[in-house]
Amino acid sequence: MSEIAFFGAVEIGLVYALVALGVYLSFRVLDFPDLTVDGSFPLGAAVCATLLVAGVNPWIASLVAALAGSMAGLVTATLNVRFKILHLLASILTMIALFSVNLRVMGRPNVALLMQDTVLTPFYGLGLPDHVVRPLVVLVVVVVIVLLLSRFLNSEFGLAMRATGVNARMARAQGVQTDFHIYAGMALSNGLCALAGALFAQTNGFADVTTGIGTIVVGLAAVIVGETVLPARAMLWALVGCVVGSILYRLAVQLALSADAIGLQASDLNLVTAVLVAVALILPRMRLKAASKKREAAR
Amino acid sequence: MTITRLFLAAATAAVALTSATAFAQTKTVAITAIVEHPALDATRDGVIEALKAAGYTPGDTLKVEYQSAQGNPATAAQIARQFAGARPDVIVPISTPSAQAVVASTRDIPVVFTAVTDPVGAQLVRSLDKPGANVTGVSDMAPVAEHVALIREIVPSVKRLGVLYNAGEPNSVSLVKALKDEAQKAGLTVVEATATKSADAQPAARSLVGKADAIYVPLDNTVVSALESVVAVGQQAKLPVFSADTDSVARGTVASIGFDYRQVGRQTGEAVVRILKGEKPGDVPVTFAKGTDLFVNPKSAAAMGVTIPEAVTQRATKVVGQ
Repeated sequence: MSEIAFFGAVEIGLVYALVALGVYLSFRVLDFPDLTVDGSFPLGAAVCATLLVAGVNPWIASLVAALAGSMAGLVTATLNVRFKILHLLASILTMIALFSVNLRVMGRPNVALLMQDTVLTPFYGLGLPDHVVRPLVVLVVVVVIVLLLSRFLNSEFGLAMRATGVNARMARAQGVQTDFHIYAGMALSNGLCALAGALFAQTNGFADVTTGIGTIVVGLAAVIVGETVLPARAMLWALVGCVVGSILYRLAVQLALSADAIGLQASDLNLVTAVLVAVALILPRMRLKAASKKREAAR
Repeated sequence: MTITRLFLAAATAAVALTSATAFAQTKTVAITAIVEHPALDATRDGVIEALKAAGYTPGDTLKVEYQSAQGNPATAAQIARQFAGARPDVIVPISTPSAQAVVASTRDIPVVFTAVTDPVGAQLVRSLDKPGANVTGVSDMAPVAEHVALIREIVPSVKRLGVLYNAGEPNSVSLVKALKDEAQKAGLTVVEATATKSADAQPAARSLVGKADAIYVPLDNTVVSALESVVAVGQQAKLPVFSADTDSVARGTVASIGFDYRQVGRQTGEAVVRILKGEKPGDVPVTFAKGTDLFVNPKSAAAMGVTIPEAVTQRATKVVGQ
């Protein structure tokens, strides 16, 4: 793995860490399996790219992109909470609708940003090579968001949101307005995914309607790998686990890309990635088993 | 953190394995496509063919690396980074998103993109003639000039060329713009008719009767999906209908010239060879793919009141509708 490939994997891992944090919010905190992500990620890319081409400041464009994602999350939450549509189905509906919305936003299937100023432009040419600058800028964004999110989830409001996910009836009995917390959580979750989309478009020079495919899978894999590698009770460490999981997932893809050295073909990529992630999930469990056997033997 | 250590160990092993196969005097060409797809695969094979023809033998004087993103743009971005780090002699990205990811990842490794419809719109190059920087390539924009020439060959009396499309489809809009330029060069006037939905295609085609001497249907999703209704108008009014794509010929258009993507790949490979021989990508102009597949439908032509000249039938790749 070359240095550039390594930093590239870390960079894309950090971008998708925002997706992982969003998925953690919906899937783990709210217990709401949300496929909206496959639509809100490219929505963020589409909104950000369109605004950048129109000459809007990149940070403002990224923020508006995140807000657009939040709106998408609100739509899913409304379908579920207000109209009682099953969460999975509600999110699928929003996701497929977003495909058309994204085409409308961009006016075509692909918007190029290769010659546009992005949030990264001011940091290029400060002496560091491009492939180091990109992950560094994204890292700063991710660190700030992890800290804010940890603070939020430990606040009274955040605790009520966590209670909503764990046991909605109990939460309601304690005076928590569970519906409101689902709206807020879904908006926050998809806002993060859209922000990831905006950063992806800016670091890679394009927004494309197909960018969303499989985002939820990547997010879930990151969350689960993170939980396995970094089992933590404290909220901050659980969030850091999402980030670590996302980077490890990308390093696994990077390894899979080099798998031709052992006789595998380019078309085997998805299979190799799945196997690597499965190994990452199985190993710690086997280690635990071995440890408990040893303990028994010692007894 | 056993997992991390495992990843690192495996990474080191992978590096050792890949670097062992590289040796001096060999040119390395790294190819990537967004997805496995017959046209894209044929393009890749064409590139390798052209390299072979120029004396670069895979496994001997040439090392070809190929990666497919399996439809996932994030993977495409990662492949782009991998290639940027591996520093091959030339990177060949196939399709627009792959090309954009590669161009975003390197400013110095030569890039020869292919199967990109609109390279300037995709911001891969600033200009087609003098791309500058490290990027050049081949565009698979429909060969409009060849289409106009074909229409004039089959219908020599053509003065007014009707074009039927959906103004809401960006690809069609840019195609019609190109068509107007080419038609002007050939001394033809273009008469436009637009349809916003498939059901409007027939009335739009009918509106061209008396205003045009032939109808040209670009690769427009709206109109092509209602092609039979347009063909019916052509037969009733003895107005020959031509299409931009060869698939539509079997559905009743008179003729078309389309791509053999293997040929597009060969054309791309020729540009790669120029760069391997020392030319700077920025000095190699972006070329448009040449259409080599000629499809004709004599039966449909007769129904629309035209005869396909012997010379055209002779060089046709495929005669359909017999």
